[in-house]
Amino acid sequence: MKTVCMASVVSQNRIGTGIFDLWLHAPEIAEAATCGQFVALYSRDHSRLLPRPISLCEVKDGQIRLVYRVAGAGTEEFSGLAKGDTVRVMGPLGNGFPMENRGRALIIGGGIGIPPMLMLAERLPGEKQILLGYRDERFLQDEFQAYGQVHVATEDGSFGTTGNVMDIIREKKLEADVLYACGPKPMLRAIKEYAAEKNILAFISMEERMACGVGACLGCVCQTNSIDGHSNVKNKRICKDGPVFEAGGVEL
Amino acid sequence: MRNTKVEIAGVTLKNPVMVSSGTFGSGEEYEEFFDLNKLGALVTKGVSLIPWSGNKTPRIAETDSGMLNAIGLQNPGIDVFLERDMPRLEKLDTVVIVNVCGHSEDEYLAVTERLSDTAADMLEINISCPNVSADFLAFGQNPKMVEHLTARIREKTNKPLIMKLTPNVTSIAEIAKAAEAGGADAVSLINTLTGMKIDVERQTFALANKTGGLSGPAIRPVAVRMVYETARAVHIPVIGMGGITCAKDALEFILAGASAVSVGTANFVDPFTALKVIQGIEEYMDRHGVKNIVDLVGAVH
Repeated sequence: MKTVCMASVVSQNRIGTGIFDLWLHAPEIAEAATCGQFVALYSRDHSRLLPRPISLCEVKDGQIRLVYRVAGAGTEEFSGLAKGDTVRVMGPLGNGFPMENRGRALIIGGGIGIPPMLMLAERLPGEKQILLGYRDERFLQDEFQAYGQVHVATEDGSFGTTGNVMDIIREKKLEADVLYACGPKPMLRAIKEYAAEKNILAFISMEERMACGVGACLGCVCQTNSIDGHSNVKNKRICKDGPVFEAGGVEL
Repeated sequence: MRNTKVEIAGVTLKNPVMVSSGTFGSGEEYEEFFDLNKLGALVTKGVSLIPWSGNKTPRIAETDSGMLNAIGLQNPGIDVFLERDMPRLEKLDTVVIVNVCGHSEDEYLAVTERLSDTAADMLEINISCPNVSADFLAFGQNPKMVEHLTARIREKTNKPLIMKLTPNVTSIAEIAKAAEAGGADAVSLINTLTGMKIDVERQTFALANKTGGLSGPAIRPVAVRMVYETARAVHIPVIGMGGITCAKDALEFILAGASAVSVGTANFVDPFTALKVIQGIEEYMDRHGVKNIVDLVGAVH
C-alpha cells in the first residue's frame, strides 16, 4: 500500500561528487517496500511542483535509504537536508524485481543505476555476481562485497576493467542464467541484446520524466512490443507497471 | 447547516469540486488514497473511438510553478473504457463525467453515441487539447465550428453536454457563446496553454512533441480572468479550472463566476488536494456565514 508521509531525516552524507546518501525514517514505506521500487520526494519550494522519483537503495528498521545524484534544483534542495529535517515522500511506488531463484544471476548497475541494485544484491536468493560500471569515481562498491563477487569497470580505466559492464562480461567470460540491471539506456540496450543472443531473461529498471508517479497521467510510458492490457496500445507506464520490465518486452 | 450542493444541467453535485480530465485516469489510481465518493464529480481521461498511442516521450517537463505535458490523449478506446472502467465508475456515489475526444467530427459523434446509453452522468467534449494535430485544435478556436460541432453532438445524445474550451484564443467568451448557441449545457475552462521549453544544456526541446500544454499555479490568474469573462457572457454554468491547489484558489474561481471547479495538476503534487479543497470550502463557508455555496458564485463583479 502506498502512502504519503512526512519523513524525518536520520542522516545524510555526501559519498561522491554530487552523490548523496540519505536515510529517512518512513516506517510505513519501509514496511511495504520491495527490491526495485522507488519513492517520490517532494520539494519544499512550491514553484517545483512535481515529485522527484528516486529508487530505494536499502530498507531497514523502519528506514529507507536513497542514494541519488544532484541533477537539478530539486535534488540540489534535497542534498541540503540534515538530520531532523522532514521531507514529504510518497511510496513505495512501482513494481520491483521478481525475486525467484532463476539460477546464476548477474546483478548489473551503471552509474546512478547502481544504488537500487544494492537491495537486490542483498535479497536475491541464489548464486550471484555483481557488475558495477562507473565513469570514473566509484561509490557503494564496498557495500556490495558482502553479497557476492564484485566486478568493476571504469570508463577512464582508473579501476578494474576499462570500459563498461559489457566489457566485464567479455573480459571475464562471465556466464549467467538471468540478468538484473539498472543504468543508462545504452547500457540497458546492450544488456537486452546480450540476453536475446544468449536466450536468457533480463530484468531491467527503466526511468522517464514522471508527473503523478502513480499511473494516472500517462506521462512516463515506454514502448512495448505487444499490446498492453491496461493501455490497450503498445505502451506501459514506467511508474506503475514498471520500473522493472523483462527486457524482451520493451523497446529501448 | 451549510449547503455545498450545486446543480449543473439538472445534475446535482454534492459539492462543487471535481477532478480534471487527464489528471485522474478513471479514478483507479487515486482510490488507493481516498474515498472517491467525497468528490463532487470525477471527470475521466479523454476517450476516443479507437485506442490512441499518444506522443513519444519525454511527455512531461516541469516549469516554474507549472508543468508542460504532451501526452497526446493516449487512451484505450471506447470499447475497453466501457467494458473495464465504466462498470467501476457506475458504482461510485459521485457524478461521473466522461471526457470525449476525437480526430474528426464523426469520431466525436460515434463516441458520444456509444456513451448515450451508459451510466455516465454528463459528457465533457474536449475541443481544446493542444497536443493533437494542429487542425483539430483549430476546431476549438473557431466559433462557427464550435457551434456546429456542439449542435451535431447535441443531436446525438440527451446527456448533459459540457464543452471544454481552450484558452489559446483571442476571446474565450466568444467561443463559450458559440458553444451555448450550439446547445451546450455548460462550458469548462481552461484547458492548458500551449507552451514550449528548451533544454539549454542538450540544445533540444524538453518535450518530444516540441510543444505541450502548460498547467499548474502559473496559469491560474489567466484562468480566473477567462472564467470571469465567460461567466458574464453566457447563461449556462461555467466550470472553472487552471492551477487550483487549495480552497482559496477554488474560491477565486467561484467568486469570479464558476458554478463548479476542478482540480487538475495539483493531483500530481498531492493526491489529497481535491479533498482538502472540499474541506477548505466548508471551513470558509462557516467562517463567512455562507449558507449556500451558490450564493458565492459570481459574487465578485
